[in-house]
Amino acid sequence: MVIDWEPFWLTLQLAVIVSAILLVIGLPIAYWIAFSRSRLKFLVEAVVALPIVLPPTVLGFYVLVALGPRSPLGRWWIALTGHTLAFTFSGLVIGSILYSLPFAVQPFAASFSGVDRKLMAASATLGASPLRTFVRVVLPLSIPGLIAGTALSFAHTMGEFGVVLMVGGNIPGVTRTVSIDIYDQVQASNYAAANQTALLLLVICFGMLSVVYGLNRRTWLFSPGR
Amino acid sequence: MVVYGSLVTSSMPRQSTVQDTKQEPGDRAQAPADSGHNLESQALQAKILKKLDAFCLDVEIAATPGFTIPFGPSGAGKTTLLDCIAGLLTPDTGRISLGGRVLINAAEHLDLAPASRSVGYVFQDLALFPHLTVEQNVQYGLAHLSRPQRQERAAAALDSFRILQLGKRHTKEISGGERQRVALARALVTDPKVLLLDEPLAALDTATKSRIVDDLRRWNHAHRIPILYVTHSRDEVFALGERVLVLDRGRIVAQGTPHEVLEAPLQETIAQLAGFENIFDAQVESVHEDRGTMRCRLTGITAGTPVELETPLVRAELGSPLRVGIRAGDILLATAPPAGLSARNVLAGRIATLERRDVIVSARVDCGVEMEVHLTLAARDSLALTPDKDVWLVIKTHSCHLMRN
Repeated sequence: MVIDWEPFWLTLQLAVIVSAILLVIGLPIAYWIAFSRSRLKFLVEAVVALPIVLPPTVLGFYVLVALGPRSPLGRWWIALTGHTLAFTFSGLVIGSILYSLPFAVQPFAASFSGVDRKLMAASATLGASPLRTFVRVVLPLSIPGLIAGTALSFAHTMGEFGVVLMVGGNIPGVTRTVSIDIYDQVQASNYAAANQTALLLLVICFGMLSVVYGLNRRTWLFSPGR
Repeated sequence: MVVYGSLVTSSMPRQSTVQDTKQEPGDRAQAPADSGHNLESQALQAKILKKLDAFCLDVEIAATPGFTIPFGPSGAGKTTLLDCIAGLLTPDTGRISLGGRVLINAAEHLDLAPASRSVGYVFQDLALFPHLTVEQNVQYGLAHLSRPQRQERAAAALDSFRILQLGKRHTKEISGGERQRVALARALVTDPKVLLLDEPLAALDTATKSRIVDDLRRWNHAHRIPILYVTHSRDEVFALGERVLVLDRGRIVAQGTPHEVLEAPLQETIAQLAGFENIFDAQVESVHEDRGTMRCRLTGITAGTPVELETPLVRAELGSPLRVGIRAGDILLATAPPAGLSARNVLAGRIATLERRDVIVSARVDCGVEMEVHLTLAARDSLALTPDKDVWLVIKTHSCHLMRN
């Protein structure tokens, strides 16, 4: 039996792109959550955490509406590219970013909050701007949290189903990810193929997480013990 | 009643406190003889009001180049004071200037960021960057310089604190004393205009401490800046020896030289800080101006014979109330009636309790009042002291410190 590698390749691409983008946009959000003294902080924290409790179909539905041709974002995208965002790989990326946001932001924010404030104060009295303090002190001391957040958002995207189905549909090579492929095979009573694909996904995800957490344990050794 | 008029207290007009400092700028013992610097132009002046949950810091200070020692119990506001100067806390109202440059002026909504204040700060827990080497820690504040300049400056700073050889080590791989030196080098390499030290040597043994203080003094000899050295250790106050500010519950309760403030205290809070184990209410019985002494009767004794002490002369009226403070370590203890002594106070009594504390023995002696006396272990053993033994206490006139009631 020949394994159809296309859904794997697509899922991997999606997970890499989503976790990379989340690393970039998650850092400022996490910084704000960790260090802001705003009274509205609880609201932002609640919004970021929403995807954890919402059924993926609810999230997927609203993302679909927001990306559709009737929304301002959808119209702007059509004007820009000539086609709609829904049922495309780009739409899938946007939906997945929202869906995995808490899995990146929460570990980031937790590790930023864990950095000794005295170190940040010391950096400031030594003439460093808040940005320099962030880059030279907060980030290096948060590496375990950054790795954990990126690994979680990667793994979460690898395994997502509901949002993908709502936003992306099931277009081979474009939006047909591994989880949809498995669902499809089960629907077609093709259990042997479903088992093979599912087992492979399990092995790949387990292998990746093992490598990431293994590396993370090593980084703990030169991060602060306190 | 005025006792030892040399003290400046918080009850005096605030303006005069600053004035005093202007007239006799700092302790000039360390100032280079040829120093042409105008000390005023390097001074730190701060008037701060900061309300926190537990207390309110309300102080006005002026610190000239050399050591100024904020001294007081924990919770007195010492660290809050330093944090306000460094810009880590914003005072509710106030004004802080450093060498004529205004760091914060609440009235004008001027508030410089910590990074722009030219303040060197050594935190109580040092706050060395754990992910950087010693060298990288020291170079951290020199980001505006080129790499060779950074290396040169950092090497010079490490060298002046005798830790050049540790440059490549991580901060976790070095000893406590070495870590203190790294923290000092890191703060001083940036050429700050004021140095804030928050009990930086509290955790060190005396020998290491005094070597580091010597190096700091040597450094300050070449770079004359105000150094605020926070401590709650009386020994450190005397070791550093310059100007001390006594803080209690957010206010300055006294300031002056350690001798002025701690040896002849006016206020009981200072007395307790300065280590007076024995404090008694007393009344002036007789004044002997010709001899420079007076006799005070301890009050509050209900039974037995009254206890009188000969004390130094202060300006006080007959019968006026005051308090007498005597350090437990200043009292001699004898097991037979002593004779031929210069000390004027000999009190007969009986040992109530003996308690060992670390390397000293604290004896409580009932001699009409209960007095605490500190002895060495060897003294206890050679005198075969036990509870209920009859003893005589010997107290010199000048070991009796008088304070305002």
